[in-house]
Amino acid sequence: MNWVNAIAQGILLGGLYALFACGLSLLFGVVRVVNLAHGDFAVLAAYLALVVITTTHVPALLTFVIVAPLFAMFGYGVQRLIIQRSLEVSPLTTLLVTFGLSVVIQNLLLVTASADSHSFDLGSLISASFRLTPELSIGYVPLMIFVTAVVVLTGLQLFLSRTAMGRAIRASADDQEASSIAGVNTRHVFGIAAAIAFATVALAGLALGSSSSFDPSAGPARLIFAFEAVIIGGVGSLWGTLVGGIILGVAQAVGAQIDPSGGVLAGHLVFLAVLALRPQGLIRARFAV
Amino acid sequence: MLDVNELTVRHGYLQALTRVSLRVAAGETLAIIGANGAGKSTLLRSIIGLHQPSAGSIRLDGRDITALPPHARVRNGIALVPEGRRLFPSLSVEENLLVGRASGRPGSFSLDAVYQLFSWMSDRRREPTVHLSGGEQQAVAIGRALMANPRVLLLDELSLGLAPTMVRRIYSVLPQLVQKGMAVLLVEQDVTQALRVANRFQCLLEGRTTLEGKPADATSAQIEAAYFGLAGRTGPGSAA
Repeated sequence: MNWVNAIAQGILLGGLYALFACGLSLLFGVVRVVNLAHGDFAVLAAYLALVVITTTHVPALLTFVIVAPLFAMFGYGVQRLIIQRSLEVSPLTTLLVTFGLSVVIQNLLLVTASADSHSFDLGSLISASFRLTPELSIGYVPLMIFVTAVVVLTGLQLFLSRTAMGRAIRASADDQEASSIAGVNTRHVFGIAAAIAFATVALAGLALGSSSSFDPSAGPARLIFAFEAVIIGGVGSLWGTLVGGIILGVAQAVGAQIDPSGGVLAGHLVFLAVLALRPQGLIRARFAV
Repeated sequence: MLDVNELTVRHGYLQALTRVSLRVAAGETLAIIGANGAGKSTLLRSIIGLHQPSAGSIRLDGRDITALPPHARVRNGIALVPEGRRLFPSLSVEENLLVGRASGRPGSFSLDAVYQLFSWMSDRRREPTVHLSGGEQQAVAIGRALMANPRVLLLDELSLGLAPTMVRRIYSVLPQLVQKGMAVLLVEQDVTQALRVANRFQCLLEGRTTLEGKPADATSAQIEAAYFGLAGRTGPGSAA
């Protein structure tokens, strides 16, 4: 592995982080909720995909057709029934509630699926790659995940800027009360935002299961990386999320190149540096841009 | 058309409104005047559904809407231009107007109709609202409320922070709206301005109605007394 290769792999890894982070960013930017169970929901989606694979024999890469819409509906329900209610008590309550959800999900998975780690059986695809140069080869799976992240972020950006629902989401993110007196049903709008966030977290969970192994307690670590990507990129900016994910991925890959066990640490250090020097993130923008 | 009956609203221990009743008919303009803290804004915010009353009812064409959330009241035909305009900073002028269409109420107001009412607006429709002056922002806020095609339009302190000429220009659109049969309920600290445009007025003091009537029938001394609570409490309806 050389430097160019490390950076290339880091960029691709950044796609996975961005996929994780965009749902977190959306929920925080619009509903003002820090979803501490975000990583656990991704792991839950990965387990759901395992069930879908074993019962329907759908190829692992196609499970998103089933899992993402299911998770969108699930997200709408979680928002309307749990998060919205706690939000109306106080913003702090949402932290407790989502933390509680995180604990519940991890333990439910532990009870029902054991602590064994799993990964999707992708056959020969998991190690397949193509060579760009003699030193640089790109794996198909990381590339697919990266492309998925870019497609999801582009789609989300277009949805927010071009559609009436996207406009209502941005208006409600700006000023919930003003939005409600303009005739927007803000609870429904928050439900839709959560549905989108959950659909993306389902994709992130599938990407996780396709690129590495997962177990019931894999969520919190993913949450940290997602947080870091959001903060490095700038809260509320979708493209910032991609930039943040890529910077984090590259930092980890380059760090691992320097010292095989230093990858995660290097990522944290870059995150801390951004937090200290540019706390508003690298890209300052609201969902309008 | 709009019927507010004995409305009592509390903010914690503070009783902001005490058994306030009012009535606005189609094509009529009712001005609520009163000093700071008299409960004027609370009244409008309660009518749109941002405060839940502890007693009393709000009816629109006889239908009780007291329990409806704000967006449902908008769908029923009430719109509020809030104090401080409350535009969406990350949306353009046109997007701000389009949010006003969220309720999907049919009617004559469209983007074009609003642009006709405020002729400068269409040239600047792509700009973010933070680039606009206070008066222009107020116009966008009015336009956003009109996009909901309301039958009852609530206006909260339109004149706040605006130059007198701008205030007059903003208020000059009012007759066109009233002519369409809209009922207008406005709250103003600028009493002269309010009485100039209103058919009737109602004065609030510490959450109670102290005087109501037609602007022509009330002397300035009466209004002053009701406004500041001088010479004891003037009974409701004494000038009508």
